[in-house]
Amino acid sequence: METPPSCTCSCPPETAPTTCGCTGGKKECEETPGISTATSTITFANRFDHFLARWGVNRMGHTVRPGLYRLGNPDADSPVFASANYTLSFDALRSALEGIDAYILVLDTKGINVWCAAGKGTFGTAELVRSVTCSDLARVVRHRTIILPQLAAPGISWPEVIRRSGFKVEYGPVRAADLPRYLETHTATPDMRKVRFPLADRLVLVPVELVHAAPPAIAGALVLFFLAGPLAALAAVTAVLAGTVAFPLLLPLLPTRDFSTKGLILGTIAAIPFAGAFASDVSGPVWMNAAGAGMALLIMPAVTAYLALNFTGCSTTTSRTGVRNEIFRYVPVIAVMAAAGIVLGISLGLLGWLEVI
Amino acid sequence: MFDSYRVNTLQYDPDRCINCGMCSRVCPHGVFKPGRETAVLAAPVSCMECGACALNCPVQAIAVQSGVGCAWAMISAALRGKDMDSGECSCGGEPGSCCGPVQEKPE
Repeated sequence: METPPSCTCSCPPETAPTTCGCTGGKKECEETPGISTATSTITFANRFDHFLARWGVNRMGHTVRPGLYRLGNPDADSPVFASANYTLSFDALRSALEGIDAYILVLDTKGINVWCAAGKGTFGTAELVRSVTCSDLARVVRHRTIILPQLAAPGISWPEVIRRSGFKVEYGPVRAADLPRYLETHTATPDMRKVRFPLADRLVLVPVELVHAAPPAIAGALVLFFLAGPLAALAAVTAVLAGTVAFPLLLPLLPTRDFSTKGLILGTIAAIPFAGAFASDVSGPVWMNAAGAGMALLIMPAVTAYLALNFTGCSTTTSRTGVRNEIFRYVPVIAVMAAAGIVLGISLGLLGWLEVI
Repeated sequence: MFDSYRVNTLQYDPDRCINCGMCSRVCPHGVFKPGRETAVLAAPVSCMECGACALNCPVQAIAVQSGVGCAWAMISAALRGKDMDSGECSCGGEPGSCCGPVQEKPE
């Protein structure tokens, strides 16, 4: 098998060979030359970094320096694993490989996890080939195989990689935790190849969902508090919590497959106590109570359904065609429900104001 | 009813298949299964259009319009007057983006 010519990655403009990953004198190898050292230990600092990443703090800042890493005491025959330069991805890999001597090739995915980066193409054929060339991998190891996470596949064309870098791509399991078992035979069981979305995986997404929804939710709740009172403010907060906390947790239990309809159902359940409270308000006339209850039953499910629809991007099962269908089917419904509820609310407010006068 | 995911853009031509097994290996939802002579399209409705099978098929027996099934990205693109499918999942690029730190588990 032909190996690509070696490259020092300093790439002087006048000699810049394209095989060096340099085009037109532009330096494409930005990694520090040489091999860094990694361990399998997850420190407290690592865990704290994971925690911040989970809460969406400094979103793009959870990065690992791209390049080649030595784990344990690898030699020229040790396996090579590729990873993204996102701390959660890299840490999952290195901790799963505890006790295994290996090389880890960290691609520059701009701090994005493997699957998303593959979908965007940043964990892609071009970046993999560039990384192999820049790290001088062909000189470091004798074999010509790189083990990639299975979820890198949407960005990688293996025939292209072998043609351009001389390295054969081997797709490992979906989860790094399955690697020790995978390495015994270098075959993955169908179970290792499947993406699941268990409660724990959904639970860790809740903080980021909350952080994103908090500013508009708090603003909305404050406005409602002063215009319509504490119960209305609580209703707003409840609808948002239903969409950002309860929805991810209850996802497989909610009926129907569409996220929007799941959200509408959940939002309606959340709205029922509020509708009941508004309806049983003894201080106002019957029509006003009915309108208040109607408002809760229109706006709350709309808010929850919209948040639920937006959870499609976090889920592991939704296709683009399906999400497109959902948007065309349900966004109009959600918009009409919200608009009707708001019109009802404004009318109620105006009538109440007129009565005061 | 209430299943917008029943149809997708996945197309498979078994006549071209050389049974290399790659599609079964890369699919995260078991859409393809290894067969005796060709790969078998076992669960087409489970397809999430990630595009891994098509990109890794050495003989172009599979075609799919791949993309990210993220309503947030599509709606934001539509709101900015762009084509819905041009909206790339910003994956952490902007606040409020979809696909947060999900799937860190793969290596």
